[in-house]
Amino acid sequence: MMLESKNIMKKYMMTTAIEDMSLTIESGMIYALLGPNGSGKTTFMKIAAGLTKPSKGSITYNGIPVGIQSKKEIAYMPTEPFFYSYMNVADVGKYYNDFFEDFDIERYNSLLERMELTPKLKTKTLSSGMAAKLKIAATLARDAKIYMLDEPLNGIDVIARDRIITTILENAKNDKAMIISSHLVDELEKIIDYAIFIKTGRVELVGNVEEIREARNQSIVEVYKTIYA
Amino acid sequence: MQFNNTIPIYMQVINDIKREIIAGHLVPGEKLPSGRDLALKYQINPNTANRIYKELETEELCFTKRGLGTFVTENKEMVHMIKNEMAEKFLNEFIEGMKKLGFTSEEIIKLLKEKL
Repeated sequence: MMLESKNIMKKYMMTTAIEDMSLTIESGMIYALLGPNGSGKTTFMKIAAGLTKPSKGSITYNGIPVGIQSKKEIAYMPTEPFFYSYMNVADVGKYYNDFFEDFDIERYNSLLERMELTPKLKTKTLSSGMAAKLKIAATLARDAKIYMLDEPLNGIDVIARDRIITTILENAKNDKAMIISSHLVDELEKIIDYAIFIKTGRVELVGNVEEIREARNQSIVEVYKTIYA
Repeated sequence: MQFNNTIPIYMQVINDIKREIIAGHLVPGEKLPSGRDLALKYQINPNTANRIYKELETEELCFTKRGLGTFVTENKEMVHMIKNEMAEKFLNEFIEGMKKLGFTSEEIIKLLKEKL
């Protein structure tokens, strides 16, 4: 399994969100997509999820352009909540179950328990931290081949953070890839294989975390500071 | 476990496992968690967890039985050796630190005696 972007560029009306990005994502690996707000992380994920098309360049999943087929195997968790306000927590599961063939309702229910979310809770009454946990549960209850999580640790307390990291690690298997975007580098350093540093719509640096560390004799946090300071 | 981001993760976990073996929390011949479970236990990358076992095997601190998993070495001599190795490391760090503060060997011995 492989996701490959070649020289993609994305322009909105007035702004260029992605200048030029070429990346290869392989199964069995966990990637961190790092960079400050506005560097192009979310746009890259949206393109890989097939939600928006690049203005230039190509993006393929197993050699086929990203589209209807790839959506079945790529689970994307956006930063904004994706459920309707009339839904309760159980409805979100049903909705996902109808939408995705790979959705596992039992896994969803056990994740709800871990995240301390009761099925009857109305989504409109959820705090931002609870909504974040619900998004994680719904996304990681899919048996997808690629998981793309946009800022999964944002606005989450330390205890929930540990639970989310455990869940991410449970889902990371040899035939799956994980892409996690964050600006909290130190939280991710211990769980990732590769770090991808994005700067103003370009790939500034990409590599195995241990190799980057050895080559530069710096921790990933220090590398982050060197790149973006 | 709280990680220090100036030292590679795999080395920190290796040292933690060594301490567990030395302290007797892990006994010779005991079965270790699978790579995946080790990753969950320490909340680290699964490939890093596998690498940790490979390194521990190279150091002959653990061994793998095909299909059965990874086990702590049955060689008590090895356990003794890593205990001395780690003690040596702590001692060196301590001495180096004290020397940097300007203490002489005699002063260090005197201070240690008072403390113990």
